Parts: sequence; C-alpha cells; structure tokens
Amino acid sequence: MKPARVSTPALSRWVYAPAFAAALFLALPLFAMAAKVDWTRFGSLITSPSARTALLLSMRTATASTLLCVLLGVPLALVLARHGGRVARLLRPLILLPLVLPPVVGGIALLYVFGRLGLLGHYLEALGVRVAFTTTAVVLAQTFVSLPFLVIALEGAARTAGTDYDMVAATLGARPATIFWRVTLPLLAPGLLSGAVLAFARALGEFGATLTFAGSREGVTRTLPLEIYLQREADPEAAVALSILLIVVAAVVVIGLGARRLSGWSPPVGAGG
Amino acid sequence: MADLEVSATVAKRGLDVAFGVAAGEVLAVVGPNGAGKSTTAAVIAGLLGGDRVQVRVGNRTLTDTERGVFVPVHERRVGVLLQDPLLFPHLSVLGNVLFAVGRGAQARRCALRWLEQVGAGELAGRKPGELSGGQAQRVALARALAADPDVLLLDEPLAGLDVAAAAAIRAELRTVLSGDDRAGLLITHDLLDVLGLADRVMVLEEGRIADVGSVTDVLAAPRSRFGARLAGVNAVRGVIDGAAVLRSASHAWHGVPTVALASGADAVAVFSPTAVAVFRDQPHGSPRNSVFVGITALELAGGVVRVRAAELAGGVATLAADITPEAVADIGLSVGDCVWFTVKTQEVSLHAATRPGAAGR
Repeated sequence: MKPARVSTPALSRWVYAPAFAAALFLALPLFAMAAKVDWTRFGSLITSPSARTALLLSMRTATASTLLCVLLGVPLALVLARHGGRVARLLRPLILLPLVLPPVVGGIALLYVFGRLGLLGHYLEALGVRVAFTTTAVVLAQTFVSLPFLVIALEGAARTAGTDYDMVAATLGARPATIFWRVTLPLLAPGLLSGAVLAFARALGEFGATLTFAGSREGVTRTLPLEIYLQREADPEAAVALSILLIVVAAVVVIGLGARRLSGWSPPVGAGG
Repeated sequence: MADLEVSATVAKRGLDVAFGVAAGEVLAVVGPNGAGKSTTAAVIAGLLGGDRVQVRVGNRTLTDTERGVFVPVHERRVGVLLQDPLLFPHLSVLGNVLFAVGRGAQARRCALRWLEQVGAGELAGRKPGELSGGQAQRVALARALAADPDVLLLDEPLAGLDVAAAAAIRAELRTVLSGDDRAGLLITHDLLDVLGLADRVMVLEEGRIADVGSVTDVLAAPRSRFGARLAGVNAVRGVIDGAAVLRSASHAWHGVPTVALASGADAVAVFSPTAVAVFRDQPHGSPRNSVFVGITALELAGGVVRVRAAELAGGVATLAADITPEAVADIGLSVGDCVWFTVKTQEVSLHAATRPGAAGR
C-alpha cells in the first residue's frame, strides 16, 4: 500500500481547513452530549424499566427488519444487477425513493397500505389481522427505510463480482439453485455483511415512519428513539443517557461487524491475479 | 465419448460456420481478433443462442434452433478452460475440484487424483489466492476434467502465463488431451499451442471458415491470410485467370500450380518471405511479380529483418519479406517508406482455395 500513497499527488493545503471543520461539525455534538451526561445517574437511567423495554424492543425489531431486508433485498439486488434492461431502469428510482423520502411521509404512505382502511389493510382487517400500531408495523416501517440501503450496497457488490464464476459453475454441471447457494451468495458475502450492517443501523435509528405508522405504545411500538424523544420533555438527563446508549449500540454493531467492509469493499479477485 | 458437430449462424456477431471435431481430436481455432472464435465457443457451451444453430455431441442434440432444443449449460457436459482460471475464491483448491465431482469419500479420492494428474496434488489445501498463475491454471484444468465433459473448450488457456509456465502447462495439456477421447476445441493465437496440442487447425476470418485442415497441411500451404501469417508465409487470395496466373484485387501473380486449376477457380498464391526481394525503384527484368507496398513494420528475428508491408494502389494483401540487416541499411528502409516487393515466378505456388474433402469434416 505504501508505494501507492507515495505516487498520489499531494492535496492542496487549503482543503484541510474545511475538512477539519467538517470532522469537527460531526464529532462536536457527540462530545457535547457526552459532556452533559450525569454519569452518577447514568447506570440507573439506562436500566430503568421503560428504558430497558425500549432497548429490547429496538433490538428485536431492528433484528427482525434486518432479516426481512436480507430475505427480500438479496433477490432484488441480484435482479437489478443481472438485468441491465428497462426493468432495472424503471425499478431503480422506485427503490431509491425511500432513501430521500422524509420518514414521516413514508409512515403515512405505509398507513395507506396497511392501515385499517388501506389498500391491503382493508382486506387484512376483514381477516381479523391488524398491522398498524403493532410491533409488526414497527418492523415494516424499519424495513421500508432500511431496504434501499441493503439493496444499493449489494447491487454494487453483485455487479463487481460479475457472472463469470456462475458461468464456470454451470459448465461444471451445477444447477442454477446450487450455483446460487454455493457460488453467487458466498461471493456476495462481504457485500451482504456491509449491507446488513447498514440496514440494521438505519433500522435502529428509525423514528419518523415508526411514530406515524406504529405510534408510541410502551413495550409494543415505543422503540429507543421514540423513548428518547418522549423523555426529552420529561427528563432531559434520561434522554441524553439513552442517546448515549443508542450511539454505543450502533457503534458496536457498525465497528464490530463491518466498518472495515463499509470503508472499501473489494470484490473477490480471480486466483493468481 | 462422441464426436462434436457444430453449425452456427449468429447474425448479430456475423458468424456463419459449420465444422466437426472427432472424439479424441483437438481442433485449434485461430484467427484475428473479432473473427468469431469465442462466439463459436459460447455457442457450443450454450451461453449464446443464434439464428440457426445446431450443436450435437454424438447422439445428443445440445442446441437445435429449428426444433427448439436448447439444453441448459449445466446439462451439456461441455467444459471450459479460459485465460482467467476463475477458481472460486471462497473454496480451497480441493474444494474447487470437489465442486465438479460432488461430495463423499469417493469424490474426494477422484478430485485428488485429478489434482495429482495435473501436477497440483500438493496444492490441495491452499486457497486460490495463494497460487501463482500457472498453479491456478493447473487447478482449473483439473476441475474442468473432473466434471468429465464430453467436449473441452480451451479459450486461450495459456495466454496469461509467462513462457516457462505456459510451456509446463502446455505439456500437461498434451498429456491429458492425447490420453482421452474427448473432443477438444482450442482457441489460440500461439503457433506453439497449435503445433503442440492440435490435430487439425481451423482458420476463422470475419466469421467464416477461411481454411481448415491438418496442422501440417495448413502451415505448409495456408489458404488464408491469417493462416499464412501464423505459418510465417505470404498468401494472396484471388481467381485463376489463364494458365498459372492468379488475379488478386490489384495484381496478376505468376506462379506454379500445385494442382490442375481451371480458369475462374478460387485460388491462393503462396510464397515465402525469404523469396521476396525489396527495391526502392521498380525493377526491370526477370521477376514477373512485383508489387508496390508501404512498409508497416520492421522486425528483427533470428538474424534477419522481417519487412511487413501493405499493398498500395488498391491492393489488400499484407505481405512480408525477409532480408538481411545489411540490405535494410543499404536501401535505407524505415516504416512508412514505399518500396517494391518482387518475387520470382518459380517461388510462387498456386493452390486451390479449398482443400479437397476438408470443408467442415
């Protein structure tokens, strides 16, 4: 790696000042919050029954929505990566839309699908199934906002991996299903890991869509971000402590599972290359 | 095992060929880039359809566009070995070979035997990332053979390797290919591959078979421009016009017919670069064949300078002349110069453009 660095032309010096400002801008709020924490009460604040319930609910729903993202996102990413044609061109903007949509709008949109009078909720209601304002709604809201992250990360990985290995596997007599499980998926594993980490982090922090579509019922739909927002009025110190908790959980997941991958996933290179 | 028979028309790639490869035989496919070599291989492997395609191996029909038959890639028993070994990076060397043979103790023994056979037995536990290019290509060969294909497609398998590794694997391929009864199709740019591995050679030019025959025949008397270049001789296509005269696009070539050639027959005039003399000014006197050419390259090889040149004045032939370095200095040749190439009548042999009984098979 060192020779490559030497050959990189030096950056113009003025670039460093705004770069430093940007880093400071991102880091300073975290430090400010950490400075505000009442560390003597920190333990009891984050272990209060409501906090524990909210954290547990957040972990459960974020895990469930990440699984849902993987189950739905892997096939979608593969279809997008393998079909360059009109289908992909039409699908991609639709899939990217939730990335730029305000989550509150996403929550309202979900209500019009799964709410009691919604497009599908109407029929679900007739079957006695109610989705809105349940834990299922939390998972759906989180999946709605996280899925694009996973699909985009994975589609890039699938494109880079290409189809040559699949082709060789087929000439060796492997059926399409065998190729999917033993070649395509393993080659995508690094991209899948980084995509799943992104999706989990995004789901963990989901607020707007959850509040709109699932409400804020303790133990049912009140996830950690909602609990923090609620506590901000009642007990600001508890809100700060819970915020720190959320940051720590997110950091553990992101750093522990895949910060390395996120910063520059390199595709598997052919042997001898 | 069984013979391979191919006839393929792929309009969008400009391919129109029909040929056969016998069981146990290796057919080398040569030709300039874009001539349709890899397209032909893709059609056989089932990676590409076409407008009118028939691929048969023995009594199995793999592709038949007229009857709507298209056997999927994984059921064709057509193996490939490409320039990139494409070993699965997440599997060990042994795991790669096992992928082709399946699970179980017997499969394991089989995979190890194939690795031994190509001289890669001691690499079984390694990951593909830890192999040299030559080692990886050996493993890829073992993997391709372990799947027990009826047809083996080799698309420039030695092109990415250094000379020593290529020679070692070429020897390995020779052992493996001559010892079994698979049909082999070897796409290559390298004369050493053709000489060392192939029984017959087929020259593709612009999607058509320009020449096909035994390696010795094609190299001794090439009918195609690319075949001539491969063999290191000059070949000019044209039509017989009177006794012992071949008319090309721009010129009448006087030569010695090797067989009886009727007027109007398609023919090829073949002559060695060593028979060509180079002059600054149009020569007068005995040589009946002289053409005005522009020099495109000067290459030093084996103590002589090969002057490559393209015909001027409406001609399309690319020709080569071998002359001494002293002569080059004497005449003062450099790339871009326009000179006269002359060759005596008795140095030019005239051949029929197609070989008797060698069209397809």
